[in-house]
Amino acid sequence: MADLAITPVRQFKIPVTAECISPDFVAGKSLRETELTQVWEGNRKVKLGSLFKVAGEIGRTPNDCAIKIAGNVSAVRRIGYEMSGGSIQINGEAGMYLGERMKAGTITVTGNAGSWLGTQMRGGQIDVKGNAGDSIGGSVRGGTKGMRGGTITIHGDCGTEAGAWMQNGMIRVRGACDLYAGIHMKNGTIVVERGCQGRVGAQMTGGKVIVLGNAGGVLPSFQFEEIRERAKAGDEKIPGPFYVFSGDVNEGGKGQLFARVSDNPDLKLNERYLER
Amino acid sequence: MPELLIRNGYVFDPLNGIEGEGMDVAVKDGKIVERVGRKARVLDASGMTVMPGGVDIHSHIAGSKANCARMMRPEDHSRDPEVKTKYARSGVGHTIPSVFTTGYRYARMGYTTVFEPATPPLTTRHTHEELNDIPIIDKGCFPLFGNNWFVMEYVKQGRIEELAAYVAWMLEATKGYAIKIVNPGGIEAWRWGRNLRHLDDTVPNFDVTPREIVKALCQVNKLLDLPHAVHIHPNGLSEPGNYQTTLDTMECARDFRREGRPAMHVTHVQFTGRKGWSWADVRSGAPEIADYVNTHDHVTIDPGQLIFTNVTWMTADGPAMFALFKLAKTKWFNADVESETGAGIVSATYKKSNYVNAMQWGIALELALLVKDPWKIYLTTDHPNGGPFTSYPRVISWLVSNHARQKLIDKINKTAKRRLNLPGIDREYSLYEIATITRAATAKSLGLECKGHLGLGADADIAIYDIDPTKLDPAREYRIVRRAFAHAAYTLKEGRIVVKKGEVVRSVRGRTFWTKPKVSEDIKKTMMADLQSKFDDYYTVRMANYPIEERYLTASQAITTNAGV
Repeated sequence: MADLAITPVRQFKIPVTAECISPDFVAGKSLRETELTQVWEGNRKVKLGSLFKVAGEIGRTPNDCAIKIAGNVSAVRRIGYEMSGGSIQINGEAGMYLGERMKAGTITVTGNAGSWLGTQMRGGQIDVKGNAGDSIGGSVRGGTKGMRGGTITIHGDCGTEAGAWMQNGMIRVRGACDLYAGIHMKNGTIVVERGCQGRVGAQMTGGKVIVLGNAGGVLPSFQFEEIRERAKAGDEKIPGPFYVFSGDVNEGGKGQLFARVSDNPDLKLNERYLER
Repeated sequence: MPELLIRNGYVFDPLNGIEGEGMDVAVKDGKIVERVGRKARVLDASGMTVMPGGVDIHSHIAGSKANCARMMRPEDHSRDPEVKTKYARSGVGHTIPSVFTTGYRYARMGYTTVFEPATPPLTTRHTHEELNDIPIIDKGCFPLFGNNWFVMEYVKQGRIEELAAYVAWMLEATKGYAIKIVNPGGIEAWRWGRNLRHLDDTVPNFDVTPREIVKALCQVNKLLDLPHAVHIHPNGLSEPGNYQTTLDTMECARDFRREGRPAMHVTHVQFTGRKGWSWADVRSGAPEIADYVNTHDHVTIDPGQLIFTNVTWMTADGPAMFALFKLAKTKWFNADVESETGAGIVSATYKKSNYVNAMQWGIALELALLVKDPWKIYLTTDHPNGGPFTSYPRVISWLVSNHARQKLIDKINKTAKRRLNLPGIDREYSLYEIATITRAATAKSLGLECKGHLGLGADADIAIYDIDPTKLDPAREYRIVRRAFAHAAYTLKEGRIVVKKGEVVRSVRGRTFWTKPKVSEDIKKTMMADLQSKFDDYYTVRMANYPIEERYLTASQAITTNAGV
């Protein structure tokens, strides 16, 4: 692995769009070539070298590239766009569209990440130690195709619409989720460890949302099925017991919503349906 | 304005019968002239093809409908951004580009005149606001008449002369260009949850049939002597077995042919030329329709070529859009425009592996290849219903090269390949025929005397493509043809160079064409009395506020006709 250090030279006030900070783009290029790459700062074309200090060595293939970014890049968008291998480590805050359409490799963020993290990703791993913004693992606005594979792990909380239009893969949120986790979800798994604000799985047609904290209520368009002892998330078995709902009935959906019994006393009244 | 001489180009000018002759074209004051002075600027076009600027007869580029589609489809914008340059504004959009981008992209392909084919009269003010802002190209719009309550009432009463006066008033009020009919009577039926599939079904509450509406409007078109024919989208759009309805619709115009000019233009026939009983056995109705067009001279068609890509369906045909939405299961928008018409928008993707999509692609190409006379068929993709207008170069490559077609035929759905007649058709268009279907024939059909040719006095709208017709064999080197038509070497608009090597180098303002038929005062008086008494009952706007003032158009160009009533 060849380490390439990309360090912002100043605090960016306006958004920078830098698809080129990705193992796929830099692989096989020289440091000079990388510095001369054109990026957009707001509506102006600038050289990457004028915004970032580029140092270290670059691998020949994406898999040999390890990009390290130290500093606040919360205004930089599209880092790791379509990456197919290698790794990116961000020691600081990350911006929007991190890992958009990524295929493989790993992205690690020690601080917080912005919205649209892992939009339409197909594979690989994203690990965020802090919080993340809205629509992680989702689709572009208006689109109907979310993430297709890979894993996103958020150690903090995340915003609204986590896993919107998700088609496959896994999102694991160690903290809490805002509204609409798993909206329009088609397949895949979302695990929320601390709870949701509500409206979980709205209009979902498939897939699984497992809420270990309070789910914030369940939409009336979900049907109560049973109480299950444990829930399966990939290879892992999470101990319950769980209330299991299916839905969204409005969409003719066959999605599953698991809400842990011990954290959801407000769903207890569903138990009367079990006696029949 | 400086003089300009385009030297040594191979000129293709079908309206004047010039086929690839090496000659000079002289331009002065935005017009083609006999000769220019010695100081004229010289544009060296040696080894290049010179054609009149392209004229598109049917492309949904503006209006409330296009704008709704832009709002409904943000995902369409993210994929196709257009960067601001020194001369051109930025923009977005693949199937529904933003207003300025539309003009630039047409100009880059060498097109200089485009008509928006369906605008609800009530929202035409919006259409003109967008048309005003589209740079470079000349344009116009066709207001919708086929489901208008006043039209249907006059048809019921058989008062053709008053109907003609009403149509004339409406064209002037909305600054429209021609009569457009979409699903006659069917959109009115959609208000009651129904559709009209055949010409003899009855429109609810109005007791007229689509056949009566179409015939009456064809007669009106003849009476008013409008420059374009009746532009019609027949009943039963996209339903299997609808080719018979299309043929019946064509037959309606038979008695109303005009001297040397067709009475009816049937549009995007690919959507209405299907045989079969169900979606599983859709067959091609192209041979029958092409046969009718070949043997009759009162009707012209355009295929509405399908492209395998992401598209937006938008039409005034609300019921058809709802039926398609149920199949596509994507996003749907529906609107009702008071007493006039409706609209529907659906997003969709055409796939090679899908049987019906593959058939549609084949039907459109069969139509283009089976209609023998290129003056009767025009190149369209029914933008953005069949594909975005930026795919025209791709369609041209399929038309000029059997090899290009066969390569794609091998990739489409196997059942469709077996059932289509296309693999057996080996006709290839020449560049002369391409020039006919993309500019000369469309300009003639629209009745634009100063467009579509390079004769003396014509507007100096010229497209120069980097194709050497003496060296290049389009059938083999179709890729070069495609690239050349996608990025014109030069595009001239009224004598000014607007595009150079496929990039916009200057932005000029295009004109808006509209028709102003002169009707006798007596008939007009009777009609106005009727209209005044009913307008307040039917509309949410006052009649005085309804007409669009001429000064609302930034560059208005009226075409006056003398009506026979």
